[in-house]
Amino acid sequence: MGDKKKQKLQPNQQRYQAFQQKREIKRPIFKNCIKAFLIGGLICFIGQLISTFYIYQFNFTEKTVGNPTVATLIFLTMLLTGFGVYDRIAQFAGAGSAVPVTGFGNAVISSAIEYRSEGFILGVGSNMLKLAGPVIVYGVFSAFIVAIIKTILTQWGGF
Amino acid sequence: MIFFWAFVVGGLICVIGQIMFDVFKLSPAHTLSILVIAGAILDGVGWYEPLIDFAGAGATVPITSFGNSLVHGAMQEAEKHGLIGVVTGMFEVTSAGISAAIIFGVIGAIIFKPKG
Amino acid sequence: MLKGHQSWIFENRPSILSTGTVGGPFEAKGKIPEAFDILHEDMWLNQDSWEKAQQKMLEEAIQTTLKKGRIEKESVEFLIAGDLINQMTPTSFAASTSSIPFLGAFSACATSMESLALAASIINAKGANYILCAASSHNAATEKQFRYPTEYGGQKPPTSQWTVTGAGCALVAQNGTGPAITSATIGKVADMGMTDPFNMGGAMAIAAADTIEAHFRDMQIDPSYYDLIITGDLGHIGREVSLDLLHDRNIPIDAEKYVDCGIAIYREDQPVLAGGSGAACSAIVTYGHFLQEVIKGNLKRILVAATGSLHSTLSVQQKDPIPCIAHAVSIEARSEHI
Repeated sequence: MGDKKKQKLQPNQQRYQAFQQKREIKRPIFKNCIKAFLIGGLICFIGQLISTFYIYQFNFTEKTVGNPTVATLIFLTMLLTGFGVYDRIAQFAGAGSAVPVTGFGNAVISSAIEYRSEGFILGVGSNMLKLAGPVIVYGVFSAFIVAIIKTILTQWGGF
Repeated sequence: MIFFWAFVVGGLICVIGQIMFDVFKLSPAHTLSILVIAGAILDGVGWYEPLIDFAGAGATVPITSFGNSLVHGAMQEAEKHGLIGVVTGMFEVTSAGISAAIIFGVIGAIIFKPKG
Repeated sequence: MLKGHQSWIFENRPSILSTGTVGGPFEAKGKIPEAFDILHEDMWLNQDSWEKAQQKMLEEAIQTTLKKGRIEKESVEFLIAGDLINQMTPTSFAASTSSIPFLGAFSACATSMESLALAASIINAKGANYILCAASSHNAATEKQFRYPTEYGGQKPPTSQWTVTGAGCALVAQNGTGPAITSATIGKVADMGMTDPFNMGGAMAIAAADTIEAHFRDMQIDPSYYDLIITGDLGHIGREVSLDLLHDRNIPIDAEKYVDCGIAIYREDQPVLAGGSGAACSAIVTYGHFLQEVIKGNLKRILVAATGSLHSTLSVQQKDPIPCIAHAVSIEARSEHI
């Protein structure tokens, strides 16, 4: 919590929060980072295996192999999510399973499965991107800003 | 060797995400959004491509590569069509992640029930 | 009837005639499977949504309570119940199928004791002969509404709690041989500016401490009056914080006599992090476990302070703090039990 937010609190609230914080179970940050490293690394390692397979079997190049690799990983994610395994892995791995593209796939697929009970259009359709939406929105918007700046600099800036 | 670096670089990007979770108490949505923006900026300054050459899937599998390939698509079109290309070329390179997620999402919703 | 600032004494000693508890598969593997009348193997209960499954469990809890109390549904004047899902959807539908005049009650996870206190108060004033009070929650329905889709891989911090799948119901009557409800203290909303919805125990501890303190002040008794003081769903962190708060305020509660339903319901090796929570948690553990100990004669007087955090998904998104509440009800064995 930031200092600015703390200043708005009453003295008794500040006292209570300090009191509470002393008894709070701390997040095991170091252990979590090791787990995230191992599982995240493993997922990328599997991605590399898939890439290598596509390069040698289907004549993809190192530049074009990214797309089929991602699609394959998301397919595997669908199976793991559907059989209820991905959330168990994630409780262990934390960011290790959230940051790879499989985490993006899991966010979309788990929402789709969960909201099935509210129908395909307003349930699955509307809620599918509930969690993953921000990634697309800010990915696109930041890419737009970066690309605009770069285009202006290269085309008119004389670089 | 690429397998080793894929593991290490991919793992390290995840550690950055874990630190954002645990130290800065960010939600997964905030963390992933920031990583995507970071990927876009890194590509803007030209550092992401060398990382992909070096680490392969270690750089293409984490969500940061999504920002990278969005910028890439936009820049490819921009070189051909100028500023308007920035808007139209955005999804040129990166369509796979989003379309795969949506397609398998709908298929998943048809065949699976949440386990709870 | 009113005693002190915020407490009621029930001179006519309304009794808890019977109870009914229903649980899910995860609860069956917990510490107190014998506390449940019905245990389900399937989270879905053959329904097509989590919310309907929760409704089904509540209906079963009500039916079991009536059957065990040997009371016809038509003799029950009122049903006081509540839950956490979208304007209490499961409870409203269960109330519709039971067709008993219905009062909805909402205190989040403190709903169990709010409804019990209200029922006792109405019965004590001879406003009814029989009242059912119930609370329910469903792990997946709660996850879906308050957190993430159930299959989403979000890592939960060690402060977070596991929502109980189940329902608990009690039948309160004018007279009878069951344990007596002797007094109740209605809590104030406490807001300590805590904003982390993954640490509800830490936020609710203050509400529990305030209500327990108010109870002793209003009733002019001290903790030694009770064999056991039971909190609703504080979990490990909240229990410790509230106990230390009470000690700071010179209320000498023996740590061994201070137990929490959220800790009592699951085994230590289940992945529940800080403990159990949910509206059903305090209802099931109180009615199914501690009340049975009172009936068996192992306990004579217990105070149950159920705790609830009154945040919504809206308030969390808008960065509001988490308001918390606790209601305490005192239950004593009939004199013939003593």
